[in-house]
Amino acid sequence: MSGPSNFKPKSAFLQWTERRLPILGLMHSSFVAYPTPRNLNYWWTFGGILSFCLGVQIITGIVLAMHYTPTVAGAFESVEHIMRDVNFGWLIRYVHANGASMFFIAVYIHIFRGLYYGSYKEPREILWILGVIIFLLMMATAFMGYVLPWGQMSFWGATVITNLFSALPGVGPKIVELLWGGYSVDQPTLQRFFSLHYLLPFMIAGVVVLHIWALHEVGQNNPAGIDVKSDKDTVPFTPYATAKDNFAMVCFMIFFAWFVFYIPNYLGHADNYIPANPLQTPTHIVPEWYFLPFYAILRAIPSKLGGVMAMFGSIALLAFLPWLDRAKTRSARYRPLFKQFFWVFVIVCIGLGWLGSKPAEGAYVIASRILTAYYFIHFLVILPLLSYYEKPAPVPASIADSVLGNQPLAPARVKGSR
Amino acid sequence: MTLEAFNRGAAIGRILPVFAGFAPRIGATADMQASPFRGVLLEARPLRRDDGKDRNLATTKTMNGDQPTRRDFLYIATGAVGAVGAAAVAWPLIHQMNPDASVQALASTEVDLSPIAEGQIVTVKWRGKPVFISHRTKTEIQAAEATPLRDLPDPQPDSARVQKGKEQWLIVVGVCTHLGCVPLGHQGDYKGWFCPCHGSHYDTSGRIRKGPAPANLVVPPYVFTTDTMVRIG
Repeated sequence: MSGPSNFKPKSAFLQWTERRLPILGLMHSSFVAYPTPRNLNYWWTFGGILSFCLGVQIITGIVLAMHYTPTVAGAFESVEHIMRDVNFGWLIRYVHANGASMFFIAVYIHIFRGLYYGSYKEPREILWILGVIIFLLMMATAFMGYVLPWGQMSFWGATVITNLFSALPGVGPKIVELLWGGYSVDQPTLQRFFSLHYLLPFMIAGVVVLHIWALHEVGQNNPAGIDVKSDKDTVPFTPYATAKDNFAMVCFMIFFAWFVFYIPNYLGHADNYIPANPLQTPTHIVPEWYFLPFYAILRAIPSKLGGVMAMFGSIALLAFLPWLDRAKTRSARYRPLFKQFFWVFVIVCIGLGWLGSKPAEGAYVIASRILTAYYFIHFLVILPLLSYYEKPAPVPASIADSVLGNQPLAPARVKGSR
Repeated sequence: MTLEAFNRGAAIGRILPVFAGFAPRIGATADMQASPFRGVLLEARPLRRDDGKDRNLATTKTMNGDQPTRRDFLYIATGAVGAVGAAAVAWPLIHQMNPDASVQALASTEVDLSPIAEGQIVTVKWRGKPVFISHRTKTEIQAAEATPLRDLPDPQPDSARVQKGKEQWLIVVGVCTHLGCVPLGHQGDYKGWFCPCHGSHYDTSGRIRKGPAPANLVVPPYVFTTDTMVRIG
């Protein structure tokens, strides 16, 4: 890590403020002088992209809230009003709606990056767990946001998801009534979802601060998965990481803009342009794409409580990952077996997502069960076993060596050493 | 100001004196020791007791073999009152989310049954959710009554789900007991209801027969106010 920062503002005024609130020095040491591993690849730009996504969602969301009405009678119409009457309302709403999907695309890449390069391993466990918490908050926020337009999918998605809690033995139905503020999803539900949907992004921002704090304490992982050993292994955050992050972000914005301007409803459901009707369920309800793998797990288990537990368990399991995968080598680059199982796992997750979009019948159910079983086996059996039986490839002696192609390699790490 | 120093809590201690209390654990600096809040939180103060000796907080707790001190009692009492106070404040904040008086006031619905033809199912709204009123045909009633209880995942005779002498009227909450979708009438393998969301089949008594739902459709509380009027709720 960096030594004491020698940051000193030039102007006398800034020197005066810096002595009283050293915020410029903090920014300087965090985002300018901060040493980043010199071998970071583009998979490492998604942290910055995610901060951008959060900013976009908060700004567009604040604007939408100026025009939206959180009432059962007015919600659907106010969204149409935003789309048709409000100046640039269509743009702001499409950015917000697609922004949620972009946020999840980025976060899934970010998570799989962490899985591949072992970013959850010692000493980054808390950093990783904070990430899982952010992911959960994102899911809650996205779910409640999807309810607000009060279309058919909004209403029935809210009904199905809140009913998940009715599976809890004994207190379940009481908890569901507490969530609803009534005996069904209705006005009180919509209004509190609006309130919480506004609150949660700021909680996410708070946990993001902790996430970055933890990151800067332990330092970034890198594609080689080895620790920074000397100044030769790092480059300053600015201009190196800043420029790379910015380039990646602009590419991401192009992708984002393509959705917003050309296929703004591609990731949505036509049913949500039908106003909510509490007396009729759409024939085929599916959640938004980013929930589909978990929805497939929910439906794969032929018991209500079991399905709910498996679904929440599949996410909770991530928090325990640092203790399930005990292998000392971090990066999949030097773990030949883990690398193969990683890609199988990626395919299984995508498969679950596809199955989640299909009706729960026949072969789809059987396939969902197999993939659900594999999902849990990956974490609970394969990873612990690999930790003991896999023989890792030799890792480079340093990050500089791995970049510069120097051949002398450290001996393969022996079990139990680090 | 370095990042590392920030990480060790020094910056936080300097920016927000309140956090200075945490500083000794994460790396103290001189200016934190001088924080005005520090004394309040951590500093031991002399205490006078009957024996005339000076004691201080740091040692009262660990005095060997001594009786608990008055200071210990005050700590626990203060903490207990604080906890009760916090719970008393939390309860209104949680309970406000439960169904309010206006929602509870709308919790009953009257329905005129005379226009409902035999074989027809009508849906009425009660407590914001659909209630199915099924005017069952003879064959439907027979099918429901003839089903052996051992064939049912949630065993319940048809007679427990209708009122005696009113067997033609089956009144159930139209909410699938799985995850709350509205099942479709006269559909599914048992010609009762079929839930399109996750494929639960109900029979003509609204009992679950097949699929992920764990329980029969709920029979709401209702009374016949006259022969053709029913009050649900």
